[in-house]
Amino acid sequence: MSTAQISLSRIRKVFSMGDVQVEALGGISLTICSGEFVAIMGSSGSGKSTLMNILGCLDTPTSGSYHFEGVQVEDLNRKQLADLRNTKIGFVFQGFNLLPRTTALENVELPLLYDRHRKNSDPRKSSIAALERVGLGNRLNHEPSQLSGGQQQRVAIARALVTQPSLIFADEPTGNLDSHTTLEVLDLFQKLNRAGLTLIMVTHEPEVAQYASRLVQLRDGQLLKDEAVCTPRDAATDLAENYCRGAA
Amino acid sequence: MRFRKLVLVALKSIARNKMRSLLTMLGIIIGVGSVITMVALGEGSQKDIEDNVASLGTNLLMVRPGSINSGGVRGGAGTRPSLSMNDVNRLEKNATLLHWVSAEIRANSQVIAGNNNWNTTVTGVAPEYLAIRNYQIASGSFFTDRECKTRAKVAILGKTVADELFPDQDPIGARLRIRNVPFKIIGVLAEKGQSSMGNDQDDIILAPDTTVLFRLSDGKFVNDISASAVSAEQMDAAKAELTALLRSEHHLAADVENDFLVRDQTEIIEIATSVTGTLTMLLSSVAGVSLLVGGIGIMNIMLVSVTERTREIGIRLAIGARPSDILAQFLIEAAILSLIGGLIGILSGLSAAWGIGLLLGVSAVINPTVVSITVLFTGAVGVFFGFYPARKAANLNPIDALRYE
Ligand SMILES: Nc1ncnc2c1ncn2[C@@H]1O[C@H](COP(=O)(O)OP(=O)(O)O)[C@@H](O)[C@H]1O
Ligand SMILES: [Mg+2]
Repeated sequence: MSTAQISLSRIRKVFSMGDVQVEALGGISLTICSGEFVAIMGSSGSGKSTLMNILGCLDTPTSGSYHFEGVQVEDLNRKQLADLRNTKIGFVFQGFNLLPRTTALENVELPLLYDRHRKNSDPRKSSIAALERVGLGNRLNHEPSQLSGGQQQRVAIARALVTQPSLIFADEPTGNLDSHTTLEVLDLFQKLNRAGLTLIMVTHEPEVAQYASRLVQLRDGQLLKDEAVCTPRDAATDLAENYCRGAA
Repeated sequence: MRFRKLVLVALKSIARNKMRSLLTMLGIIIGVGSVITMVALGEGSQKDIEDNVASLGTNLLMVRPGSINSGGVRGGAGTRPSLSMNDVNRLEKNATLLHWVSAEIRANSQVIAGNNNWNTTVTGVAPEYLAIRNYQIASGSFFTDRECKTRAKVAILGKTVADELFPDQDPIGARLRIRNVPFKIIGVLAEKGQSSMGNDQDDIILAPDTTVLFRLSDGKFVNDISASAVSAEQMDAAKAELTALLRSEHHLAADVENDFLVRDQTEIIEIATSVTGTLTMLLSSVAGVSLLVGGIGIMNIMLVSVTERTREIGIRLAIGARPSDILAQFLIEAAILSLIGGLIGILSGLSAAWGIGLLLGVSAVINPTVVSITVLFTGAVGVFFGFYPARKAANLNPIDALRYE
């Protein structure tokens, strides 16, 4: 519970657009332990997505160092980074990023196609299991265009789960969802977290952040606040309450 | 398993853009189609020529007189009458590598039978001529050495002559007049058809060599000598022996060139096929150019496809596809595109060859080696021209690809 899974030290990210330099991250140091549920908050443009992309090994920082489970990420080549993303990390994108005209099942199966270590002997079976876990067992052969936003988001979560990663990054996972679906996704996250998965979630909504156990606040690429949430809300209870209120 | 998945992904993306895929393949289809058509027809006509030349005779050696050389002005081949029955006898007596030898004494004449007449060539030959030239007797019988010795006035008709002179009558036993000499018809040859040079091999009359030499010709010179070597392997040796014997018979000094020409079948085949060979080469290079153009077409469409699918590539990279996986995906797609084009090209090429062959009366030969080389080659074209776009896709940065609009 207390081993450092992720440790960032003075991470800077500068985007150059012609002769204009934008400093999206201005030296972030952060340690996240295995089993935490972290919410990263901040206003739009504060650098949340940039930070998540670096954490998810999708982008490289301009300077600073990044340790992931003891591995120095800067030293990895493209191939090793791909394997790290495939086996250790699940990523839920801000805009779902599902393959269009491809069924939910095939979308979820996709990461297993690139799993060289064959720890997954039956890709189809584990993909169906992942979809059932997010409550989409009856939507296996629907394409993204035939699914609602919440369902698409859950397909994306199933895709992140299917490789049994040790950590999931979710960038604004509830950004496009109504309050009820938001609660459902948060409930799922809390259940996964209680099962031992590390969760790092970006959000700009304070209500959503209350379900995490730790809150990290960014402003203009700087760490503003980093504190534990004393009493995180329980999504399952809130869901039940909502249901009672709807029935009354 | 992984490879099968990649092939499925490629097939799906090809099927998604059917019209575009077909247009992309068109260059390959045309290129492969024309290669296959050309090779099938080229080999077919080559085979036709070889069959035809083989029908000229078995292990045939043909001797013709040399050219006249008077004061440095040379006439064409056969202008110097230098061959005689003595040569034929000498070869029959001394040659060890010749199976059969026959003179050919030709007399062009108007032939009359009853109310019909026909202009044809009467050729005086030995009984062995039948075997040398692969002729068959259709009815009646051929003459023998006895008829040759006695200069018997008997004749064998080719199919064409028999049809012209005896349209509705069995010619066997009938009589005809050649230059006012009456002949009795004792046999008719089986049909042989046109030679590769296009002349009718059935428009002939055969008669004993001495009969033609002394009754229809000048009694001295023979036009040609046909001989059959003992085996195909001994052709060259037989040719050398024949040349040596004729030189000695003609008393030629060592520094004097031959006053006769010896030809064998391979030379005849070479002459006949050199033309089709050149044509095949020319058309094949045209086909090669269109394959190149087809390959560039594939490269072009793959570049478009990579750009269109940048987000897809980004997603695949983000969830853990290695750059080599992306490379393989696009290479396989290009290769399959090219291979499908190649297969369609092979099928259309074969049907085109078959159709054209039927139209022109040429055989179309399906050569499995050529077909499989073509398949391999189109696959290679796809991989070669697909490599640049595929590498472009594989080298994309995941986050840039994901953000691509
Ligand atoms: N690819 C990029 N090129 C240039 N500037 C960028 C790029 N990505 C992000 N930025 C800039 O970096 C800052 C942080 O962006 P981002 O991390 O997306 O913010 P958030 O996700 O918190 O809304 C913004 O000012 C944005 O304009
Ligand atoms: Mg963002």
